[in-house]
Amino acid sequence: MEKELIRFENISKSFDSTDVLKDLTLSIHENEFVTLLGPSGCGKTTTLRILGGFEMPDSGRVFFDGMDITSLPPNKRQLNTVFQKYALFTHMNVAENIAFGLKIKGQDKSMIREKIAYSLKLVGLEGYEKRSPSSLSGGQQQRIAIARAIVNEPKVLLLDEPLGALDLKLRQDMQYELIRLKEELGITFVYVTHDQEEALTMSDTVVVMNQGRIQQIGSPEDIYNEPQNAFVADFIGESNLLDGIMVRDCLVNIGGLDFPCVDTGFGTDNPVDVVIRPEDVELSSSGEGQTKGRVISIVFKGVHWEMHVESDIGITFLVKTTDHFPVGSTVGISVDPYNIQIMHKPVSEDAQVYGQDESSEGEGYEP
Amino acid sequence: MLRYTVRMSRLKGKDMNRKKGRLLAIPYIIWIAGFTIIPLIFILVKAVTDVNGSLTSANLFAIFDPLHRKALLMSLSVAFFSTLICILIAYPASIILRTSRITNKSIILFILILPMWMNFVLRIFAVQLLISNNGVLNYILTAVNLPPLKIINTPWAILLGMVYDYLPYMMLPVLNSVLSIPEDVIEAAQDLGSNRFRVLTHIIFPLSLGGIGSGIIMVFVPSMTEFVIANILGGGKIQLLGNIIEQEFTVTMDWNLGSGLSVSLMAFVLITSMIFGRNNEDTAAGISL
Ligand SMILES: Nc1ncnc2c1ncn2[C@@H]1O[C@H](COP(=O)(O)OP(=O)(O)OP(=O)(O)O)[C@@H](O)[C@H]1O
Ligand SMILES: [Mg+2]
Repeated sequence: MEKELIRFENISKSFDSTDVLKDLTLSIHENEFVTLLGPSGCGKTTTLRILGGFEMPDSGRVFFDGMDITSLPPNKRQLNTVFQKYALFTHMNVAENIAFGLKIKGQDKSMIREKIAYSLKLVGLEGYEKRSPSSLSGGQQQRIAIARAIVNEPKVLLLDEPLGALDLKLRQDMQYELIRLKEELGITFVYVTHDQEEALTMSDTVVVMNQGRIQQIGSPEDIYNEPQNAFVADFIGESNLLDGIMVRDCLVNIGGLDFPCVDTGFGTDNPVDVVIRPEDVELSSSGEGQTKGRVISIVFKGVHWEMHVESDIGITFLVKTTDHFPVGSTVGISVDPYNIQIMHKPVSEDAQVYGQDESSEGEGYEP
Repeated sequence: MLRYTVRMSRLKGKDMNRKKGRLLAIPYIIWIAGFTIIPLIFILVKAVTDVNGSLTSANLFAIFDPLHRKALLMSLSVAFFSTLICILIAYPASIILRTSRITNKSIILFILILPMWMNFVLRIFAVQLLISNNGVLNYILTAVNLPPLKIINTPWAILLGMVYDYLPYMMLPVLNSVLSIPEDVIEAAQDLGSNRFRVLTHIIFPLSLGGIGSGIIMVFVPSMTEFVIANILGGGKIQLLGNIIEQEFTVTMDWNLGSGLSVSLMAFVLITSMIFGRNNEDTAAGISL
C-alpha cells in the first residue's frame, strides 16, 4: 500500500451541543480514491470541511503528509475542493475562473494560458474560455469547477457530492470521467456521496458512516460482501436482515432451522444478526431445498425478477433471480454457506461502530 | 375539422385575454400620463420658450450663468460628498455585518429602515436642533469645556443632513448585495489560495458592485435635486441648484427659467444614472429589499 497522506486522529465536532462527529479516526493513502458514504446528516460534509480547513474540530488532530494542519487556514493547504453547488465566480469568465488559483501563485501568463487550455481539454470543454459560467449547463459548470480545482495540481482533491445535481445519464458519464481524470493525474480523491452505487463504482476504499461514526472501512467488495454490522448491510444494497442464534462455529439457527455457514468466533448460542443478499437466495421449482416457501409477489425489474417468498420458517425473503416463478407456487429455498454473513448484534446504538472484530477475514485496514 | 375549431377557440381565448389585459392597464396609463408624461411635456415646452411663448434656448443655457454655475457646483459637490460618505459608512458596515456572527440580520435591517418611517423634514428639524449654535451638541461640548462648533448654516450642515437622511438608501442595496454572496463562493476563493484581503478585493467587492451602483443612484439623484435640507440647515445662505429652481417657481415666478434649469439638472441626473446603472441587474433587488 502507498504511503499515508492524510490522517484524522480522534476527531470530534459538535454544533450547538449536538455531536456531529464522534472520535473519528481515518487514514487516507497517496493516490487512493476514498469515498465517505452514509445517510444524510451523518457528518460527511463536516469531515470534508475539516480536511479543507473550513471547520475546526472540537478535539482531535488532522495530519497531512506527517504535518499537523488542524489549525492551518484553507488558503495554506495543499488541497482543492470541488463544491457541491460548483461555487463558480459569476463575475469572471471560464478562463478567469480556472486561472484564479494560478494567478495567486504568481505563475506567468503564457504558462497560465497553457494550463487553462490543458485543463479544459481534460474535462472536455475546449474552447469555452470566454464563456460566462451562467451560460453553461449544470454538467458543464460542474466540469469547470473540477477544472478550476485540478489546474492547481493539488495533492488531494476533495469532492462533495459533485454529481448530485446531474441527471442519471450525465452522472454515469461523469463517474467514468472522474475515474479517468484521477488515473491521468495521479492524485488522491476524497469523495462524498450518499449514493451507494456511486460509491461502489468509483472507490478504492469506501468509508461507511452513520451518526458521526465510522461503521466500516473497506474495499467496495468487502463492504458489499462482508458488512460488519446490520447498519452497513442495510445501507449497502438490499438485503435480508435476519435475527439468528449462532449454535456453534459454522452453524447458525434462523427461525428454528439450522443453516451451515462459514463464520467462526461468535461463541455458542449467541444472538447474532444475519445478512443474506436477495440474489443469494436460491429457489427451486421442485420444492427441494433447506426449507420451502410460497411466492407471494413478483415484479419484473429489467435484468431480474424481484419477489417475496414466505417461507415455512416464518421469514419472508426478498429474492432476486433471473427465473420466473408464478405467484402462489411452492418453491424450495436454500442458501450457500458462503453467502450467509454473520454479524455481532450491537450492544447499544453507540457500540455500533467500526472495530477490528474477529469476523473480518484478514484484510485489516489498520490506520 | 375538429382541430381547426379547437385552434379557433384557443385563438379567441387569447384575444379575450389580451382585451382584458388592455382594460386593466388603463388606470396605470392614466396615472403615468397625468402625473409623469403631461407635466414633463409642460416643463419641456416652458424650458424652450420665453414669457411671450417664442422659441429660445436661453433658459437651457442659463445654467452656465455665474450664479447658477456656482449653485450647480455646490449641488454637485454636496451630492458627490454625501454619496461618497454614505458609501464609506455603508460598505464597511455591510462587510462587518456579513462576517459577524449575528444570526438575525433582519433585526439590523429593521433598525436601519426604522428612521425612514418618519417624515424626512421632521428628521432634518431634529438634526437642526442637535447642531444649531445653542443646540444639544454645543451644550454638551461647552459642558466639558470644549469650544462650541459653528456648523449650522454651512455646507457641512447640509452634508450632514443629507448623509443622515439618505444613508438607509445606500445601506439597503449595499448590504443586500454583500449578504447575498453565497458563502461557498467565498470558501472556493479561500480554497484556491486567497487570503482575507484578496477575497475582499477579488470576490466580495466585484460581486457587490451592483448594490453600490444602486446605492449611488438612490443617494446621488435626490441629493442633486435637494432644496429642503438646504433651506433648513443652510439657513437660506447656501444656494443649491434646487433652491434656485424652487425660487424661480415660487418667488420670482419665472417658470420658463425654472423649467430650463430643471431640464439641465435632469440631464445631469440622467447621465449619472446611466453611468452607475449600467449592466446593473441588482438595482431592482436592491430597491425591493
Ligand atoms: N454550521 C452548522 N451549524 C449547525 N449544525 C450543522 C452545521 N453544519 C452541519 N450541521 C449539522 O451537522 C450534521 C451533519 O452535517 P453534514 O453536513 O456533515 O451531513 P452530511 O453527511 O454531509 O449530510 P448530507 O448528505 O445531507 O449532505 C447535520 O445534522 C447538520 O444539521
Ligand atoms: Mg453534505
